[in-house]
Amino acid sequence: MHNEATRSFSTSASFQMNPPAVITAENLTKSYGELVAVDGISFEVPAGESFGLLGPNGAGKSTTMKMIGGVSQRTSGKLSIMGLDPETHGPEVRAHLGVVPQQDNLDEELKVRENLIVYGRYFGLPLSYLRPKADELLEFAQLTDKAKSRVDALSGGMKRRLTIARSLINEPKILLLDEPTTGLDPQARHILWDRLFRLKEQGVTLILTTHYMDEAEQLCDRLIVVDKGRIMAEGSPASLIREYSTREVLELRFGSERNATIGVELAGVGERVETLPDRVLIYADDGESALEQVSARRLRPLTSLVRRSSLEDVFLRLTGRSLVD
Amino acid sequence: MSVLTGGHSATDAARERTFGPLYSRNALSVVSRGLMAAKSSTWLILVSGFFEPVLYLISMGVGLGPIVGTVAGPGGQEISYAAYIAPALLAVSAMNGAVYDSTWNVFFKMNFAKLYQGMLYTSLGPLDVAIGEVFLALLRGLLYATGFTAVMAVMGLITTPWAVLVIPASVLIAFGFASFGMGITSFMKTFQQMDWINFFMLPMFLFSATFYPLSVYPQYIQWLIQAMPLWHGVELLRQISIGSFSPATAVHIAYYLVMIALGITLTTGRLRKLFLK
Repeated sequence: MHNEATRSFSTSASFQMNPPAVITAENLTKSYGELVAVDGISFEVPAGESFGLLGPNGAGKSTTMKMIGGVSQRTSGKLSIMGLDPETHGPEVRAHLGVVPQQDNLDEELKVRENLIVYGRYFGLPLSYLRPKADELLEFAQLTDKAKSRVDALSGGMKRRLTIARSLINEPKILLLDEPTTGLDPQARHILWDRLFRLKEQGVTLILTTHYMDEAEQLCDRLIVVDKGRIMAEGSPASLIREYSTREVLELRFGSERNATIGVELAGVGERVETLPDRVLIYADDGESALEQVSARRLRPLTSLVRRSSLEDVFLRLTGRSLVD
Repeated sequence: MSVLTGGHSATDAARERTFGPLYSRNALSVVSRGLMAAKSSTWLILVSGFFEPVLYLISMGVGLGPIVGTVAGPGGQEISYAAYIAPALLAVSAMNGAVYDSTWNVFFKMNFAKLYQGMLYTSLGPLDVAIGEVFLALLRGLLYATGFTAVMAVMGLITTPWAVLVIPASVLIAFGFASFGMGITSFMKTFQQMDWINFFMLPMFLFSATFYPLSVYPQYIQWLIQAMPLWHGVELLRQISIGSFSPATAVHIAYYLVMIALGITLTTGRLRKLFLK
């Protein structure tokens, strides 16, 4: 399913194995008055990669996406999309992009299929191309039988799929997805993930923000964790887990009264012990043997659970557990 | 399905067009979107906008006209009261149509439908959006003006072939108001602020020599009204409707040309500020 022609062309053209970067950000900064939303971040995304921006609310993910799309002017730093500056070549840069914004902004005055056609017209595409393309995308988004429906009659999941279909109308080289599955039920999320994975297989570069860690693990080749406008960590999901967490996590519940004091008694079990209000997390490479050590100390948890370490553990370790507003 | 197609495709061609930083020569797509949307939703508004000046003309012209008798037209000749107010009402309708389209409609699309956000994530620039939306307002103005001129003809208020020119002149007036209206709307954040527009429009409608000559006012009020755009529109159409031209005709036209230039500059600047911040 890989587009071999494109792949071999780019390899021979650059004389190296890595495809050239389609997005380069250097010290990208955006401030709104006093507030610094994005604080000097740098990253590169090679063609065909699926790249994630993770971070709590207000970390600067959406602002970064807007700067890439050229609809937000950076305060300082450098940004290049397909070799062009989105600030001075906005329309030209966006001709290569597909954008799925955080909130659906479908055209409610138009029918489902009309939404695709009209959006394609904004890119200057001819109707002879758009008519078959719209039908193909409706098929892709599983909305063929809704082609003539009104947009406000669609469910949340259908609207999201239509927004994604719409973003593909110009066959973008880069697809920007800002929290694509927020607010969707599990079925709708899995359908979307499947569709996004197919796009990735076809060589589309995906730039994705999310605060669903499972989504990031599913979709991203590489990601950056952003907090307060800065990059906290960068790498593949697996390497981040290796670097910032242990292989397994043991979760123990002792009841809220004992929880606070039990941390001391557990010291030395596993690599790290984290006491939360409702449970205690023990980070260890072997969760079962950590549990045996706990039993050996005659500490009897109400419940215990051994699980694989996830990106969520990394995320919480890097960005903290306090609520961000 | 393949997203990356080999060879030279329609999408490649669309990318190889010449783009400016604010303009992609594709305002037509904004216009065709407006027409497609109008097809399904805004017919009623279109019809009501047409009838409003017609109702005024019937009530004032036919009802009040016989009591008033004849009045002095632009060149000094006596004309019927209905013939006196008809071009003024046409100017008002051009203004209302353009202002409605460029303020309330734009306000809704900007703040609720998020239409422009969607458009500006494509290869459209803010200038494409501004030109397209203003053009749509003009199209509506053209429809109203043509309909109203036909009503004038049916009522026997047209006496010279020059009167056909009130149609393009109405479009000029609509252009002035539409280009400014959209820029002003971009400053509005709430419905209460939108009401200020009506607060400005209603007195302008009533006092811009629409129903009686400017000479009833003291000098300083006359100056104030002559500074307002609607007065220039009323006078321009009144002159054209009876084919009586003077150097003032050129001044009225120039007033609108300047208004259009300033309005488009303001609107594009504001759209850029709002959406490309």
